[in-house]
Amino acid sequence: MATTKRKRATTRADNQASSDDLLKYYREMLLIRRFEEKAGQLYGMGLIGGFCHLYIGQEAVVVGMQSAITGDDGVITSYRDHGHMLACGMDAGGVMAELTGREGGYSRGKGGSMHMFSKEKNFYGGHGIVGGQVPLGTGIAFNYKYRGEDRVCLTYLGDGAVNQGQVYEAFNMAALWQLPVIYCIENNQYAMGTSTQRHSSSPDLYQRGVAYGIPGEQVDGMDVLAVKEAGERAVAHCREGKGPYILELKTYRYRGHSMSDPAKYRTKDELDKMRKEHDPIDMVKKLLIDGNIIDEAGLKDIDKEVKAEVAKAAEFAQNSPEPDVSELFTDILIDA
Amino acid sequence: MPIEVLMPALSPTMTEGTLAKWNVKEGDTIASGDVIAEIETDKATMEVEAVDEGTVGKIVIAEGTENVAVNAVIAYILEEGEDASALDNVSASAGAAAPAAEAAPAPAAPAAEAAPAASAAAPVAASGAIERSDAEPRAMSVMNATQDEKTYTSFKTQTVREALRDAMAEEMRGDENVFVMGEEVAQYQGAYKVTQGLLDEFGDKRVVDTPITEIGFTGLATGSAFMGLKPIVEFMTFNFAMQAIDHIINSAAKTLYMSGGQLGCPIVFRGPNGAAARVGAQHSQCYASWYAHCPGLKVIAPWSAADAKGLLKAAIRDPNPIVFLENEIMYGQSFEVPDDEDFVLPIGQAKIEREGTDVTIVAFSIMVGKALKAAEKLAEQGISAEVINLRTIRPLDVNTIIRSVMKTNRLVTCEEGWHFAGIGSEIASVVMEHAFDYLDAPVARVTGEDVPMPYAANLEALALPQEQHIVDAAKAVCYR
Repeated sequence: MATTKRKRATTRADNQASSDDLLKYYREMLLIRRFEEKAGQLYGMGLIGGFCHLYIGQEAVVVGMQSAITGDDGVITSYRDHGHMLACGMDAGGVMAELTGREGGYSRGKGGSMHMFSKEKNFYGGHGIVGGQVPLGTGIAFNYKYRGEDRVCLTYLGDGAVNQGQVYEAFNMAALWQLPVIYCIENNQYAMGTSTQRHSSSPDLYQRGVAYGIPGEQVDGMDVLAVKEAGERAVAHCREGKGPYILELKTYRYRGHSMSDPAKYRTKDELDKMRKEHDPIDMVKKLLIDGNIIDEAGLKDIDKEVKAEVAKAAEFAQNSPEPDVSELFTDILIDA
Repeated sequence: MPIEVLMPALSPTMTEGTLAKWNVKEGDTIASGDVIAEIETDKATMEVEAVDEGTVGKIVIAEGTENVAVNAVIAYILEEGEDASALDNVSASAGAAAPAAEAAPAPAAPAAEAAPAASAAAPVAASGAIERSDAEPRAMSVMNATQDEKTYTSFKTQTVREALRDAMAEEMRGDENVFVMGEEVAQYQGAYKVTQGLLDEFGDKRVVDTPITEIGFTGLATGSAFMGLKPIVEFMTFNFAMQAIDHIINSAAKTLYMSGGQLGCPIVFRGPNGAAARVGAQHSQCYASWYAHCPGLKVIAPWSAADAKGLLKAAIRDPNPIVFLENEIMYGQSFEVPDDEDFVLPIGQAKIEREGTDVTIVAFSIMVGKALKAAEKLAEQGISAEVINLRTIRPLDVNTIIRSVMKTNRLVTCEEGWHFAGIGSEIASVVMEHAFDYLDAPVARVTGEDVPMPYAANLEALALPQEQHIVDAAKAVCYR
C-alpha cells in the first residue's frame, strides 16, 4: 500500500527550470508580493474593509503549484486567497476591486477578500470557513471523474485546517473513490496565533493521509522549483488514476494572520531569519543573477512593470463605482 | 512628487493611534517591505512596512505623537531621482494637517479625503438599501398571481415512497448529470427504501453509497454541483444533516451571491424530517424553520404522494439548492398520483386541499392530513374550515394564504416544530402585515410542545400537535 513516499523533498534536482521559467516565476511571485503590499496599504487607508489576509512570504507555493498544472485544472482554497487568484491568471484589477467592494470586482463587490471566484480561470474560491473548501474541492474532483475528464483539482488548506474533522471525511472519500485531487497543505506554521507545535500532535502534516493510504510529501514551500517538482509528481499520480495526493508545503507568512494581528506569538528573529535566508523571491533572483540570465537592470525593468500593473489595479479598484443598490437583491437565486 | 506615507488603519474600527517609533531617519534608503515605523493602538503595537522604495525625505510626525488620525501624512518618501527640493511644495500643507487631534477632530474626515468615491457613495447605498427593503418587503415570498394547476385525467395509486423513487428515476433517465448520493442509498436500497431499484437501473456511478460522513459528502456533493452536476443528497434523516448544515447554508446557499452570480448550485438535499415514532429527542425534530430562514435556499415539504412526485421532479430540475423535507410516517401512505410522464408541480405554490368559509387552517407535510381530519370534525360542528397545504415553505405562497384569510377572517397555523420563530410565527407576521384589517381574531398557532421529544409513548403523544389541538384552535379563533 502506498503511504508516505518521502519525508522531505527539500533538495530538488538542479537545472529543472529554463531561463524563461525562472523569469516567469520571478515575475509572478513579485506580482503577488507587490499586490499584497498595495492591498495592505489600501487597507490602512480604509479602502478595504473587514478581514484581509495577506499572502506575503508564501508566494512560491501557488506559483510553483500552478506551474505544475494546466489552465483546465481546478483550484480552490480558503480565505488567504489573493495569491492563488493571481497565480490562476485572474486580473489584478478585478481582484483588487473586489477587495475595495466595487462593481469591477470578481464578485461585483458582493464577496470581498475571502469570497472570490472565476469560472473562466477554474478558480472556485475563496471560502471563509476553515476546512470547508476541502470537501468542496474533493467534489470538484468527483465531478471530473464522473464526467471522465482528465483534470485535477488543487485543494489548498492551511496547517490550521488539518485539525477539522471534515478534512478527513474528504480524505477518506477521495481515497475510496480514487478522485483526482491534490491536497496542498500550506504549512505556514501558525494557525492564526497557535503554532503547529501547539495544535498538532504530530508536526508532520504530510502524514495526515496515512490512515487512508494517501501518499504524502513534505516540500520546501519557500523554493518555487521544489514546489513545482513535487507538484508535477502529485499531478502525474492523479492523472494516472491513482487517486489523491498530499503535499505539505512548509512556508511562512511574513505578515500577521490578518491586518489587525500584531503577531506577538513569534519572535522578530524568527521572522527576520525567514525573510533574509529563505525569501522565495530573493532565491529566484539569485538564480537569475548567478546564472547570468538577467542583470540587475533587467530585474529592475520587471519590477517597474509589476509595480505599474499593481498601480493600475489599485487605481481601477478605487475608481470603480460601488455596486448599484439593485445588486443587493441579485444573485440570490437563479430564475428557474 | 514625493510619495506620501499615511497613518494606516489596522482594523476597520481604528480611527487614530500613537506613532510609537520611527525605525528610519531622514535620508535613509528604504525598500518595499522594510519596517519603517511602529504604531500603537489601544489593542496592539504594529509595524508599518514601506510599500514604495526610495529615500526618506521628511518625517512629518515625530515619534511619540499620540492621537494621530488614520490617513494623516506621517512622512514623505523621495523617489529615485528626486531630491529634497521636491519637498518644498508639500511641507506647508503637511505641517497643517499633521497634529491630527486638532486638525481632524472627526476621525472620519481624513478617510473621506483619501477615498472620495467610497465615502460619497456610502450614504446613497445606505439610504438606497432602506428604500429597497421597503419596496421589496419579502423578496422570498411569492406575491405573483397564482397559476392554475394543470389538470390530469389519468391517476394511479402510489405510496409517497414510490412517488419519490419514480420522481428520481424519471429525472435520472432524462439527465445524465443527476445522481443520488447518501448512506445506504444503493446496495441496501435505501434505509427507508426510497431509492429502491435505482442502483439496478443506473449503476453505482450514479447511485453512490457514501460512508457515514454527513459534512463530508454534503460538501463533496455541493462542490460537484458548483461544476454543473445535479446531486440528490439523501440524508438518512434530517437530524443528521445538522452535521452538514455548514455546507448547506455557507456553501450551497450563499455561493451564488458571493460569486456575483458565477457559481450556481443545482442540488437537492432530501430525507425524512420531523418526528418519526418512539425514536427520542435526537431523531425527532422539524427543521422547516431552520432552513426556511435562509436566503439562497428553497424549502419544500410535500404531504401527498402527488406532492412528493411533482415537487421532487421540480426540485431536481431547479437550478438552485433545495431542501426537500419528507416525513417518515408518510412514506407508506397511498394517494392518487397523475399517471403522466410530464407531471410536475410548481415550486412556491400552495394548494387549497379543502375549501371553507369560516376559518383558514395552514399546514404542511404530515400536519396537512391532521388538518383535513380536523376540518371534518369542525364541519360536524358547523364550522367550515379551509385547509391550505403549503407544499413549499420558501418561497412562501403568501397570496394563497392572504386570499383565504380575506375570505375567512380567521387563521390557524399547524406545524410539528417548536413555536419559537417557527413557520407559524412567520405566517402570522405576514398576515398581520398584509391582511391586518381582515382578521377577526388573533392568529392561533398549533405547534409541537416546547420540549425535546420524549421517548415514552404517552409523553410523545402529548408533545406532538394532534388533530384535536387544531379543532380546539379553530373553535377558539371562531369564538365557539
